Amino acid sequence: MSELRELYQEVILDHNKKPRNFYELKDANHVAQGHNPLCGDNVSVFVLIEDNIIKDVSFTGSGCAISKASASLMTSIVKGKTTDEAEVLFGQFHDLVTTSTTPEDIESLGKLAVFSGVREYPARVKCASLAWHTLHAALISEDSAVSTE
Amino acid sequence: MLELIEPEAEVFNVWEVRKDFPILSQIVNGKDLVYLDNANTTQKPECVIQALDTYYREYNSNIHRATHTLSARADKAFDEGRKTVQHFLQAARSEEIIFVRNATEGINLVAQTYGRKFIGEGDEILISAMEHHANIVPWQILCEEKGAILKVIPINDNGEIIYEEYLRLLGPRTKIVGIVQMSNALGTINPVKQMIADAHQIGIPVLVDAAQSAYHMKVDVQDLDCDFLVFSGHKVYGPTGIGVLYGKRHLLEVMPPWMGGGDMIRSVTFERTIFAELPFKFEAGTPHIAGVIGLTAAINYITALGLDKIALYEADLMEYGTNVLSQVPDLTIIGNASEKASVLSFVMRDVHPHDIGTVLDEEGIAVRTGQHCAHPVMQRFGVSATVRASLACYNTKDELDRLVDGLSKVYEIFG
Repeated sequence: MSELRELYQEVILDHNKKPRNFYELKDANHVAQGHNPLCGDNVSVFVLIEDNIIKDVSFTGSGCAISKASASLMTSIVKGKTTDEAEVLFGQFHDLVTTSTTPEDIESLGKLAVFSGVREYPARVKCASLAWHTLHAALISEDSAVSTE
Repeated sequence: MLELIEPEAEVFNVWEVRKDFPILSQIVNGKDLVYLDNANTTQKPECVIQALDTYYREYNSNIHRATHTLSARADKAFDEGRKTVQHFLQAARSEEIIFVRNATEGINLVAQTYGRKFIGEGDEILISAMEHHANIVPWQILCEEKGAILKVIPINDNGEIIYEEYLRLLGPRTKIVGIVQMSNALGTINPVKQMIADAHQIGIPVLVDAAQSAYHMKVDVQDLDCDFLVFSGHKVYGPTGIGVLYGKRHLLEVMPPWMGGGDMIRSVTFERTIFAELPFKFEAGTPHIAGVIGLTAAINYITALGLDKIALYEADLMEYGTNVLSQVPDLTIIGNASEKASVLSFVMRDVHPHDIGTVLDEEGIAVRTGQHCAHPVMQRFGVSATVRASLACYNTKDELDRLVDGLSKVYEIFG
C-alpha cells in the first residue's frame, strides 16, 4: 500500500474532494478544452490574462482524482504568475511526472511535488498532465481543444 | 429392456484449465495475478504458444507461392485453419471464411465493399445503442461518403434492445443491420436470431459482431442465418492480429474486392486484372500465417473444453460475481439485462473508475477502466466511465472474492 499512498497523498485526496477554482471564469479571455478519449477525462481551463500575467484562472470538467487534483493545484499555483513562468512550470511538472527528478528540483516545485508518485504509474501520467496541456493550449490561443492522445 | 445409462457429465475443472495458461501463475505487485480483463483480450493457452513457436521454428514459409516442403506444410496448416474456423462457426463452405486482422477490419471490409456498392443516398443503416465503436464508425464513414443515414435502436435502463423500436426502425430504406451479439460494455446478449429473422422478412441483410460472444457461447452462422459475422482471434484465446469475417457466399461474390495486391488476383496485365475466387479475393498480400495457425490451436482448445461447458461454468461464475459485487456498499452495476454473460461493469459512488483501477492493480488485479470503446453506452447511462471486470473460462470464485477485497481498499483510501 505504501506506493499507493505515495500516489494518493493527502493533498491530492483533499484537492480531489474539494477542488479549488472549480467554476467557469466568466471574464476569461483564453479558454481551452482538454480530453482524454481513453478514460473519458475532460477539462476546460479558463484564463484571464492581462499584460502577460495570469490574473485569474479556473477549471471545470470531470475526471479521476489525479486529474482533478492536478487541475486544482495547477490553478492555485499559476495564479499571479506570468505566462512564461507558467510555461516553465509546465515543463518542470512534466519532468516531475515522467522522468527522475532530483530532490532539489522537486523542492522547487513546492506543492506540486505531491505528484512525484505519479511516475511510478505510467498509466496515470496522462491524468496528471491533462490540465497542464490544456492550460498550455489556453495560453497560446483564444480557444482551442487539446487531447493527450 | 435395455436401459441407457448416461455417462456422468464431466465436471469442468477450472484448476486443470488454469494449468494450461502459463501467464496466470505469476506474481504482480507482490500478489497472485487475478486477470479480469478478458473482454479486452484473453490469455493464451500453452498449445497456442506452442503452435506459434513450432511454425516459426520448423516450417516458417510463405503460402500459395513456393514448391518447397516447408511451404507445403504452411499451406496445409493455413488451409486447415480455414476449415477449423468453418466448423467452429458451422459455416456451409470454407470459402465463406475470410481472414482479416480483427473484427474491426471485418466490419470495415463489409462497409467499404458491400456498403459502397449497395448503399446510397438516403438509405439507412441500422445499428444499436450498445455497439462498440467498431460497429459505429465504419458505418459513419460510409454515411458521410454516400449521404446515407445511420439509425440507432435505443436500449432500456437494463441495457436491453427495445424490440418494438427495432421493428419500428426496420423500414423500406434500411439497407443493412449491424448488431452486436454480446455487448462488451454491458454484457447484454442480444436476441440476434430473432432480429435476423425479422430483418429477413423484408429482405434486409444483417451483420453480427461476435467479438465478445465467440468465446462464451456456441456461434452457429447457419442457425442464426446471419449474412455477415465477425470475430477477433485474440478474444478466443488466440493471437492478436488475426480475425475472421464470415459472409454468405452469394453476398461475398457480388462484393468488389477491398484491397488490391498479390494473392487476390487470377491474372494481371496493365490493362486489366482478373480477381481471384473466394476467399482469396479479399485476402491481398501475405496473410498472418502464424496468426491463423495460432487461432486454429485456440479453436481446437476451446472446442475440446466444450463451449457448452464453458458457458455453464461462466454462468455460475457470473451469478456469483453479481452477488458478491452487489453486496459492496455504494457499488452500482451498469447493465442488468436478463440475458447477460461475462461482463461486470460498475461504478462506485464518486470514486473515479481510473482510481479504482489503480488501487486494484496494486492488489494484482487486472480490470479495465474507462469507456470500453463505447462512448454512446456511457452517455446512455450517464456515467463518464466504468470499471469492468470480465470473465473467462479460467477465472474462479476465489478471484472474485479477491476483487471484492480489493474494492474495500478503495474506500480505505477515498473514504
